[in-house]
Amino acid sequence: MTVKVMHRLLALIMTVIMFASININTALAADDGYPVSYTYNYDYWGDIRESPDAYRVDQVIYSVDLGLDTAMRKPQSLFVQGNDLYVCDTGNNRILHLNRNGNEFTLVRVIDTVLGAEPNTFNTPNDVAVDPEGNIYVADTNNSRVVMMDKDLNYVQQFVKPTDSTFDQSLSFLPNKIVVDKSGRVFVLASNVNKGLVKFEANTTFTGFVGANKVSYNFFDYIWKMYFSTKEQRAQQVAFVPTEYCNIYMDADSFIYATNISFSEYDLLSDVAQPIRRLNGIGNDILIKNDRYPPIGDLYWVEQSIPMGPSKLVDITVLDNDIYIAVDQTRGRIFGYDSQGIMLWAFGTTGNSEGTFTSAISIEHMGKDLLVLDQNGGNITVFTPTEYGNLIYDASESYLKGDYDGSAEKWEEVLKLNANYNLAFIGIGRSLLRQDEYIKAMEYFEMAHDRDNYGRSFRLYRKVWVEENIGWVVAVLACLVIIPLVKHSVNKIRMEVAAYERNQVRK
Amino acid sequence: MSATKSASKSFFRSEKWQKYIASMKYAKYVLFHPFDGFWDLVHERRGSIAAATTYLFLFLITRVIQLMFTNFQFINVPLQYINIFEQCASLLFPFLLLCLANWSLTTLFDGKGRFSDIYMAMCYALVPYTLIQLPLVFVSNIIAFDEAAFYTVLMSVSTAWCVFLVFIGLMQVHDYTPGKTVIFLIATVLGLLIIIFLLLVFLSLLSDALSYFISLYREIAFRLY
Repeated sequence: MTVKVMHRLLALIMTVIMFASININTALAADDGYPVSYTYNYDYWGDIRESPDAYRVDQVIYSVDLGLDTAMRKPQSLFVQGNDLYVCDTGNNRILHLNRNGNEFTLVRVIDTVLGAEPNTFNTPNDVAVDPEGNIYVADTNNSRVVMMDKDLNYVQQFVKPTDSTFDQSLSFLPNKIVVDKSGRVFVLASNVNKGLVKFEANTTFTGFVGANKVSYNFFDYIWKMYFSTKEQRAQQVAFVPTEYCNIYMDADSFIYATNISFSEYDLLSDVAQPIRRLNGIGNDILIKNDRYPPIGDLYWVEQSIPMGPSKLVDITVLDNDIYIAVDQTRGRIFGYDSQGIMLWAFGTTGNSEGTFTSAISIEHMGKDLLVLDQNGGNITVFTPTEYGNLIYDASESYLKGDYDGSAEKWEEVLKLNANYNLAFIGIGRSLLRQDEYIKAMEYFEMAHDRDNYGRSFRLYRKVWVEENIGWVVAVLACLVIIPLVKHSVNKIRMEVAAYERNQVRK
Repeated sequence: MSATKSASKSFFRSEKWQKYIASMKYAKYVLFHPFDGFWDLVHERRGSIAAATTYLFLFLITRVIQLMFTNFQFINVPLQYINIFEQCASLLFPFLLLCLANWSLTTLFDGKGRFSDIYMAMCYALVPYTLIQLPLVFVSNIIAFDEAAFYTVLMSVSTAWCVFLVFIGLMQVHDYTPGKTVIFLIATVLGLLIIIFLLLVFLSLLSDALSYFISLYREIAFRLY
């Protein structure tokens, strides 16, 4: 009996050791596509590089902490204005208004009725927005309206289904996400409208669609459909239609950032899918992408040998320094990109502990703090940047301001914490280039594989080198030209002499 | 001392060595007069297997030097993951298989070339690669990224020249018409795929057989233990 127990124990220990060693192996391997730490980044080759944490959990806000009687149910969206946080508690048909004081979040009020509106309650509201005057806009989805109220919750007006002929009247109007610009124009992302965002003027008139997704179809699908299908078959097949966006955000310059989650995953790396877009006034994508890999979230889609598909970027927020941050629902991950489209960091995972999400749905920022809403857990996680995260922000902000040398100093600090950080190498290289330290700059650019900047400093270096060594260059070139010439003429004279002598002999 | 000196002297004066040098130098004629050049290369015995193999090695060495010393602006090589022998094998193996596939097909369809002739012609056809890309490694280190057009044009010229020489070489070796050469080039590629397929099948069968015997051995060992 005891022998059997001993055997079982031994077997258990062996399995534990085996699993532990497997985990150690994955931690040591550099290029297996698994994230091995909480925060990471990609290097030039697309390999995952561990990095210090850019953000740490400050606190997690639960319904209980706010003193709510009914817990949040499937909340869908967050909105931040100053120190005010609005949570769209969709499942309970209400909006929660929270205020932040220092590190404390307190419930200000629960918005569930609009005074003077018909109907005066919400039906599955999916998004909330507030304009600079304090007017509150709610995307009241199943009431088919966007309702606007003043800060005392008095009804002002509502945006309903356009009667314009460009809007398909057979469709019901289901506003899902909204943004409001500084002059009160409302952009609505409506379910089952694929012509783009529905745009309303401040006086509720409909003025058209903005930024439709491009229609994408396969070459062979097109040929098949156009030339090899009968009319009846064609009618039954799915039409080539543009897909809808997933979420929208308006940055400080009134550009709309949109995320997209419906695409063929093979279009991601070739940058056809474009899951993150920045739309200008006429709806064109003007997002800058200067990195080797486009901003698509994770580059590896297999985790612990389970294919999980590409990142599903469900929401996006843009900091004041043009750094945009997107949240991925598939793996509960948060990605930060700078204004040039270069990934700053990625962190987060799925789970139930602090700093992980079961189903992240919305992200917002308060200063540099990040707030992430989990729809299943019904909680909000607050992240604050660490020293490392702040250094990255400071460095890129001073660069944007034009303080290049100050930025280089910050990047030096970043390198002390993370020696694998490409952006830091480029930042320092740029500053060295401005100080005419070409060779050193070239070294830094080479470490970051930055060809453009390397080429630029190399040309300057070459110019200086040629100017310094012009004497030698001319001498070598001259030798190369003169020596063969002399040789040739000497040979010629010799031949002539020989011929002359031969003639002499013959005579 | 004097004995070895005289021996080496006699080696460099020997007919063998002279023939080798002559066949090496003949590559220059092949490059610029491919029709005549390839005909005489095999039918007039102007080339030699030794010279051809030398050119093949030069090609491999060029490739290695290119991987190691081309400026990072023009080449994307994660040097930390590169194995030189793997790289060489990945060029040499398909090259020899291509020769084999071509020989096995053309020998059935009245191609005049023997295997050694095909090998020789293919090796001589690789000379432009060495000739152009070796200096380009140096050039890549004295030009900047926005002057890359110069570099890429010469790269494509060298490749195009090689392909052209392979085509003319095979045509002359087998005494084919251009049309027939094209057909057999395509067929050669298909043949290559078939050979690779057969190799894979053979290898997987071999590993199955091996694992059978290994498990048999284990079973017996465990029983006896």
